[in-house]
Amino acid sequence: MVGLEHYLTVAAALFVIGIFGIFLNRKNIIIILMSIELMLLSVNINLIAFSAFLNDLVGQVFTMFVLTVAAAEAAIGLAILVCFFRNRGTIDVEDVNVMKG
Amino acid sequence: MGIADITFYAFAVTLLGAGFLVTIARNPVHSVLWLILTFLSAAGMFVLLGAEFIAMLLIIVYVGAVAVLFLFVVMMLDIDFAALKGEMARYFPIAGLVGLVLLMQMALLFGSWQEADGAAALRQAPTPDLDEVHNTKALGMIIYDQYFLLFQVAGLILLVAMIGAIVLTLRHRKDIKRQNVIAQMHRDPAKAMELKDVKPGQGLG
Repeated sequence: MVGLEHYLTVAAALFVIGIFGIFLNRKNIIIILMSIELMLLSVNINLIAFSAFLNDLVGQVFTMFVLTVAAAEAAIGLAILVCFFRNRGTIDVEDVNVMKG
Repeated sequence: MGIADITFYAFAVTLLGAGFLVTIARNPVHSVLWLILTFLSAAGMFVLLGAEFIAMLLIIVYVGAVAVLFLFVVMMLDIDFAALKGEMARYFPIAGLVGLVLLMQMALLFGSWQEADGAAALRQAPTPDLDEVHNTKALGMIIYDQYFLLFQVAGLILLVAMIGAIVLTLRHRKDIKRQNVIAQMHRDPAKAMELKDVKPGQGLG
């Protein structure tokens, strides 16, 4: 029988994959944004799993808010990325040092 | 092992495999496609958990909007991804180490937690019986009642994000020709064309 622990394990593993992706793709900001999406998804899995196993609907409501923030973050992040690429011609994160004093 | 358990394991393995391939795929377009598969299997898991509305929302919002946005940016920008990927081998040890440490920390937590005695009494909105109200209706009754303000604020966040994205990416290019509608409409046909009587053998001179 699949219990709460199974879902939490999947969510934890997905979160670790997200962190791993951020460290692995230090240069490519598009993959970094995708890794952040993976981490937010793992949080959503946690919320939904607790919501289902504790019989409390609030978890699903908060999943919607996390989803909203994730969508807004992706839109703004990609807009900044497009803007940066127009100005510098690259998306290398290490080139983002215009504001360095 | 019932059919629900087999389905769970299938979705879980797909989710983790696709999630891992998002991070290591050589081509960012493939990364986005693996991301879509990750979200689809997550939606399947949500259906298994009885959260159908969130599952459908995940498919519409992520597969329909966010993933297409990623795909759009990846294909629109002319980026030399081979140069960015060349460094991946260098970062692999540190990334693997961080991932392993984090995984071990989470494994330490596994099984060592327990539910408090009064936890069940602290529920804010107990799920109604599925025979009376289905998931979408129950969720809507909570959102538009208890969490109405938060829901509106979430909409405001999306509005701000939309305006921000438009402001960031919109640019007025000076070096291109534009249609001037007002000038076009107020153009006088009489002044636009001139008739000349050309004498034979003389031309317009």
